[in-house]
Amino acid sequence: MSDQPILEIQELTKTFGGILALNRVSFQVNEGEILGIIGPNGSGKTTIVNCITGFIKATSGKVFFRGKNITGKAAHKIADMGVTRTFQIMRPYYSLPAYKNLIIPLFSPRAKRTGGWRGGGKLGDRNTVGIDILEEIGFERDSYVPYKMASTLPTGYLKRLELARCLALKPDIILCDEVFSGLSMSEIASMVPLIERLQMEGITLIMIEHRLRELFRVANRIMVLNFGEKLVEGSSDEVMANEKVKEAYFGSEDVEEVMSYA
Amino acid sequence: MENRRKERIDRGIKVRTDGLYSLMGWQELSYLTLPRLLLIVGLLALPLIMPGMYWPRVITIVCIYALLALSFDFLAHFVGLVSLGGAFFIGTGGYISAILNTSFGMHPMLAVPIATVSGAIICTVLLLPCLPLRGVYFAIVTLMYPLVLARIIEALDILGGTDGILGIDSFPNAWVEQYFVIIVLLLFLFGARRLVNQDIGLVFRAVKDNDQAVRASGMNVNTYKAAAVFIASAMGCFGGACLVHIYMWGGISLFALDFSILPIAATVIGGGGTLVGPVLGCLILVPISELLREFGTLRIVFYSLILVGFVVFRSEGLMVYGERKYHQFERWVKV
Repeated sequence: MSDQPILEIQELTKTFGGILALNRVSFQVNEGEILGIIGPNGSGKTTIVNCITGFIKATSGKVFFRGKNITGKAAHKIADMGVTRTFQIMRPYYSLPAYKNLIIPLFSPRAKRTGGWRGGGKLGDRNTVGIDILEEIGFERDSYVPYKMASTLPTGYLKRLELARCLALKPDIILCDEVFSGLSMSEIASMVPLIERLQMEGITLIMIEHRLRELFRVANRIMVLNFGEKLVEGSSDEVMANEKVKEAYFGSEDVEEVMSYA
Repeated sequence: MENRRKERIDRGIKVRTDGLYSLMGWQELSYLTLPRLLLIVGLLALPLIMPGMYWPRVITIVCIYALLALSFDFLAHFVGLVSLGGAFFIGTGGYISAILNTSFGMHPMLAVPIATVSGAIICTVLLLPCLPLRGVYFAIVTLMYPLVLARIIEALDILGGTDGILGIDSFPNAWVEQYFVIIVLLLFLFGARRLVNQDIGLVFRAVKDNDQAVRASGMNVNTYKAAAVFIASAMGCFGGACLVHIYMWGGISLFALDFSILPIAATVIGGGGTLVGPVLGCLILVPISELLREFGTLRIVFYSLILVGFVVFRSEGLMVYGERKYHQFERWVKV
């Protein structure tokens, strides 16, 4: 593994009119790690994802992917390089069955080059590859879930479908925008091993979460945002012990008490 | 009081004809092929059945409108672009074919295909600026172009000005004219139906469903929108190119708004999202408007009544209704 970080963000700033959504945020992501980003509502977590993946243009600052400047590139080009994202509000193709949803990413130039998640540079039949990917991330093939219309699927499957869309591109990084939110406890419990498996396969993950307990279990490092500014970065214990974080994120309450709700 | 509910169940034969099992026997085969054969044979037989000189000509006009309705349905229900560009496509294709024929002496059978492709390229390039936008912009711009182009031709007195281009060659004979348009309509119709179920067609439908997700999948949304606009405008330009050779005249009336509005009405009547529906809608609407010609201006009233009736009582469209009756049976069950 090289010393160069896979993703480097320098002084990223974004303003919406007079509102400063991101204020000179800088951080690095190393190859193969899971970086958790937490922060209260409106602290700019999703804006970071949008800026990195090119869905909105940053006001200033730079984003480097493997040393290459990708600031201001079109969203589809950034995805084509292997920096993929999920959406907090799921965006499946509701008029198509689940496995046909994967035809679209598998039709992209990147999937043709890489052959999809498991494909070794060669793309097989798109229907088969799509169903295989869905089965690996938890769509039970025997119960015909992959063949159901996306509009009839519950939230848990739609969150997995978001991940599947990224995996179809054989990504280097996945920016997960709240994949745990809206899921039941048992659904989250089955999601955590999946995230760990993705990391073992060498995929770098940035996870934005409100579910702290599960995030702390999988993440190697945590970054805390508040009002568009980076408060602190470090291991979960360090972050939780930090006075500024306690103040900004949890108010004056005892951290242990809040953790028991999380 | 007893509550009852209408239950719809797929017919056994519908289930039996899914996929490979359709080859089980002549019953299953004919269940699948008869409706399609009915349409193909029916359309091909129409010029033979129709008496006189007048009605065969109407059939050709029906086919041209059907091409426009098909292009509207394809763009609106499979790519998510609401197009009011029928007049734009007809005008562009018509003028190009007219110029190719009169200025360069090209045979109509050669001028029409060239006008179809080059007209589609011109239309796509002119519409490129509004493809990245969502919402009503595409509809407005497609509606604006025919108005602008007609005024430019009028004001600058180019391309024949208000008199139009005269002395355009007609097709070799009436049979060639009719069957050329009908066969190309059938090709476009079945081609489009096949396209929307291919993988690339799924991408088109995905652009309609959720363009952000398509971008996140590493694909340029605008490229696919442009490709779809090219296909749709090729249908319209072909219609326009044929029209000038049928009338042996091409002028500003090629940009008439009828070409934009009537296909949409036909799509409402025939059923949007079925591709065949708009063609059937044109087969009903255009002859009706010809039949009502005797009533003078009063025909607009009848015409509107028919439209309102459809919107109120059968808003799903004839084809959706027909498909449901064909594939499913209904029964009342106790709740």
